Amino acid sequence: MSARVSEFIDLWGADIWSAIIETFQMVGISLFISVLIGLPLGVLLVLTRPGKALDNKISFRLLNAVINVIRSIPFIILLFFILPFTKFIAGTTIGVKGVIVPLVVFTAPYIARLMESALLEVDRGVVEAYEAMGIKTRHIIWHVLVRESRSSIVLGLTIATIGLIGATAMAGLVGAGGLGDLAYRYGHLRYEVDVMYVTVFLLIVLVQGLQSFGNVMAARLKKD
Amino acid sequence: MIRLENITKAFQTGTTVTKALDGVDLNVEKGKIYGVIGYSGAGKSTLVRTVNLLERPTEGKVYINDVELTGLSAGKLKKTRQRIGMIFQSFNLLKTGTVYQNIAVPLKLTGVPRKEIDSRVKKYLNIVGLEDKRDTYPGQLSGGQKQRVAIARALAHEPEVLLCDEATSALDPDTTESILSLLEQINQEFGITILLITHEMHVVQKICHEVAVMENGRVIERGRVVDLFSKPKTPTTKRFVQSLFQDDVPELLVKKLESKGQIVTLSFVGESSGKPALALLSKNFDIYPSILAGNITQLKDEPFGRLVVHLEGEETETRRAVMFLEEKGIGVEGYVQEVSTHVS
Ligand SMILES: Nc1ncnc2c1ncn2[C@@H]1O[C@H](COP(=O)(O)OP(=O)(O)O)[C@@H](O)[C@H]1O
Ligand SMILES: [Mg+2]
Repeated sequence: MSARVSEFIDLWGADIWSAIIETFQMVGISLFISVLIGLPLGVLLVLTRPGKALDNKISFRLLNAVINVIRSIPFIILLFFILPFTKFIAGTTIGVKGVIVPLVVFTAPYIARLMESALLEVDRGVVEAYEAMGIKTRHIIWHVLVRESRSSIVLGLTIATIGLIGATAMAGLVGAGGLGDLAYRYGHLRYEVDVMYVTVFLLIVLVQGLQSFGNVMAARLKKD
Repeated sequence: MIRLENITKAFQTGTTVTKALDGVDLNVEKGKIYGVIGYSGAGKSTLVRTVNLLERPTEGKVYINDVELTGLSAGKLKKTRQRIGMIFQSFNLLKTGTVYQNIAVPLKLTGVPRKEIDSRVKKYLNIVGLEDKRDTYPGQLSGGQKQRVAIARALAHEPEVLLCDEATSALDPDTTESILSLLEQINQEFGITILLITHEMHVVQKICHEVAVMENGRVIERGRVVDLFSKPKTPTTKRFVQSLFQDDVPELLVKKLESKGQIVTLSFVGESSGKPALALLSKNFDIYPSILAGNITQLKDEPFGRLVVHLEGEETETRRAVMFLEEKGIGVEGYVQEVSTHVS
């Protein structure tokens, strides 16, 4: 048994390790950029609503429509659909670098929606109390809206991250590697069942771990 | 201090327009506690929210200290709002912040120096009696304690005016008492002008100097609290006063007594003036007064009493007796059976 394990590690260890690194890179970088884009978009979605601080029908409807359109396209189609755009932004359409752009385009609108619903949960009365104290709108956004919904935001980001891990599995199609790609290429195409089982197991551990971590963080941030 | 001129506010929802305020004038003097009372939907919240322009009036002007708020730029308005405290029925605290943070964060965001923040938080937590709760989250506080935190948060900006939108309506009677006492203390110690709105006459009775009664977006009656209590003019005001005195007389008894003389409601300020006057009545006139119901209650600065009295005697003699009572400064009104159109 242990002989088989060490044989397996000798044979596949390096490949699996680099696949893990690639997955982490893709998820980490695109999550970071997606939050940078998605959070402000979510805030905008909330503030441009009728009756809110930046009430603006046109921006609200436009933003809403764009987000809905992007969110209707499955990632695998989006990946090819925006190839010219990817080339323009990243300079390449292959490898980890080439897959970041479609991952961000896929995830940022999702995060915007998650932010929107998290921010909308914040008690209108608290925002009003801060307006009544003469506090600036940008301060209210950060110190009331984002602060009060941070628990929901963390849960939302956990879900978004897990979605991202799923999307990276398709990144193999443009040669970006990662755990999903490894399972697909060796497990499915070459029928190396062991590799497939191990990668799937690793993915399960990763997703489970992430969700538990997210839950614990969210519970800690919640104070009521 | 606070002056509202001809304030009108119309809300448009779909195609229907609701006039929440319809030409309201209001003048609150510096250092006073001014109450606005009315049933639900009368426009009270809308009114108090126009004072700091949380609700911008469709027409009319808002002045605070002779500065026209309705004419200020957004930036100037924010500065002015920092001097107008506000507390709410639902407290509106940060759930994710401790008591300390709930007071300190707004101070920081309005540019109060770091060193001063700490001393101000301590000072005002002390005033509201919550020093030992500084690291507690609002989720672990009672309603009354939450309102105290909200009051400390408002006071920490050292405002000249405090607006209260049904600040005690979510609290039980004992807690209401203690919050009202706190508001009274704040008014006396810091000279903060308070404009409070409520649907409970009890609140007006306990701490207000002056009161305005609202109905359908208009002020229908206003004046010193004592005057409104002793000479309510409109049916609504009468009903609010009535709500404090359980002086209903059984219907059958009323019918029986009315055949032998008039039933009147007497109202008087000060505890002593009512009963002696009744004694004089039976001495000087051919009248036998008997008290059917009665109550003396404490207004902000003086006791106020109401007696329902049956005056047994001839009509002319009764008329003379009533005149005598009125000369003594006692309010006399025909007794009206309270129909059960009760307070919502
Ligand atoms: N934001 C709003 N949009 C539409 N109608 C409103 C709004 N706020 C208040 N109203 C209406 O204005 C009237 C007065 O409301 P409000 O000032 O809240 O009364 P009160 O505080 O005396 O109960 C009500 O008929 C209410 O439905
Ligand atoms: Mg109200």
